[in-house]
Amino acid sequence: MGTLTEEIFSHKLGRAVEQGETVVVEVDRVMSHDTTSPLAIQAFRKLAQQSGGRVFNPRRSHIVFDHIIPAATIAAATLQRDIRTFAQEQDITILQEGICHQVMPERGYVTPGDIIVGADSHTCTYGALGAFATGMGSTDIGVAYATGRSWFRVPTTINIRVTGDLPFGVYAKDVTFEMVRLVGVDGANYRAIEYSGDLTERMSVSERFTFCNMAIEMGGKAGLITPDATTQEWLRGRTDRDYPMLAPRNPRYERIVEIDASQLQPMIACHPDVNNVVPVEQVEHVQIDQVFLGTCTNGRLDDLAIAANILRGKTIHPRTRMVVVPASREVYLEAMRLGYLEIFVQAGASVGTPGCGPCIGRHQGVLAPGERALTTMNRNFTGRMGDPTAEIYLGSPATVAATALTGHITDPRTVL
Amino acid sequence: MSRIWMLGDNINTDVIIPGRYNVTTDRSQLARYCLCEILPEFSQQVEPGDVIMAGHNFGCGSSREHAPASILANGVRVVIARSFARIFYRNSVNIGLPVLVCEDAVLNSADGQRIKVDLDTGTIYNLTTERTFRAEPLDPFVARIAAAGGIIEYIRQEGTLR
Repeated sequence: MGTLTEEIFSHKLGRAVEQGETVVVEVDRVMSHDTTSPLAIQAFRKLAQQSGGRVFNPRRSHIVFDHIIPAATIAAATLQRDIRTFAQEQDITILQEGICHQVMPERGYVTPGDIIVGADSHTCTYGALGAFATGMGSTDIGVAYATGRSWFRVPTTINIRVTGDLPFGVYAKDVTFEMVRLVGVDGANYRAIEYSGDLTERMSVSERFTFCNMAIEMGGKAGLITPDATTQEWLRGRTDRDYPMLAPRNPRYERIVEIDASQLQPMIACHPDVNNVVPVEQVEHVQIDQVFLGTCTNGRLDDLAIAANILRGKTIHPRTRMVVVPASREVYLEAMRLGYLEIFVQAGASVGTPGCGPCIGRHQGVLAPGERALTTMNRNFTGRMGDPTAEIYLGSPATVAATALTGHITDPRTVL
Repeated sequence: MSRIWMLGDNINTDVIIPGRYNVTTDRSQLARYCLCEILPEFSQQVEPGDVIMAGHNFGCGSSREHAPASILANGVRVVIARSFARIFYRNSVNIGLPVLVCEDAVLNSADGQRIKVDLDTGTIYNLTTERTFRAEPLDPFVARIAAAGGIIEYIRQEGTLR
């Protein structure tokens, strides 16, 4: 009995687990990337006596190069060289085909009922497939590589119910801004978020990834959606493992947040906090130097399709530059096949190697002092994309594409 | 004499150690750029034993452990906040950076004041105002990790994670 989170922990431990309990569990997958692996490896090495110097299971240990790939500096290249040495020694395959949070599900490494820990805060994205997945720091991940275990305080849960149809020009990303506006940037701290409601049930897995990805922007430990036929269909061909279709049973939620999506309009999260949310029409005068379409929030095929449909046959505004980074190789190849990449390039955009792109301000579109960017990212924090005096605004792929055409923040309903 | 460095709400990990400076495991590099976006003088002026105080949701954002590591590398004795973001809190405990939650101490202290903290009892003495505060007790499991000096030491003592 309980929330989906409690059901997953109970299933894993073979006994009824309740919120508030501290438990140690065997995790299904452990993940780190090129920025967080070095410190995780340092922690792992300190436990050589306990682990025998070997990771608990190389097939369930995953290292993804996505943050600075290909390496942009000697420092990054050197760290990546050292990680490669570690991976080779441990028989771990390094994945270099896109953002960890896109690649892990695509590869079938995430299935309903799994417990997954990753050295990246947006590991909560995997909850879209009914897994309990949470971000941790490098030392926790080093411990998990060494022991196959992690400790958790089984969290209380906020239920966000999203109902109604999305109006014209409004997308899953806009709904997440409404969530952050209502819950706040720390309203879900130490808590899980379980999304439900008829709109959530009708959403594609990609849109569900967008929902769960943004859980951490409310402080959430995890974001989960009950697996259903849509989940099973998406997983078909990606995994042949059996998985439990767990669901909440008489859940006790700490709080229920209701959102009627049919009342929403396109929204922007203004610099420098994600809950700084306004309707797009209130900031339409803001000039934008760079737009960026991509990331683990909105770099998937449907996101690229929305933008490509707006940009088809058009060119971006001469005062604005556009960076497009598909979330993974799979997305990149499909976008190429469907002609989206050609549309972006013809429009004047730069299309980058699948990965995190300029989201963390290290390459592929760093901002100068005083510049402003509108992006499909999940965070708009000071200094995140480059100079600390640059400003970051967040929007949906449609708002980003519309803005690329005009050079100032633009309501996508005017160009759709 | 330790001083208080007072910060506001929602101090995120991009502000504590920007992404452009955390492509390293060198603790002295991390120390140098700690809080550089909002307090450029911090890493030059902070003294070992100083205390950071902050409002709500300290350390929100990225999972980067470079954030608490950069604070620890500057010799900060403890971070006291009204509340911490979950991953930052966990990272701090894991690497042996003491973290205390104490609403009263933060609301009744100011930047630059003198402070003494007894980590064993969670007692905070503001030496400037001569007021004493008591931090919230740690979760029992967290307290065991903190007492060991971090999760690596805890596992070495226990033999495994349990």
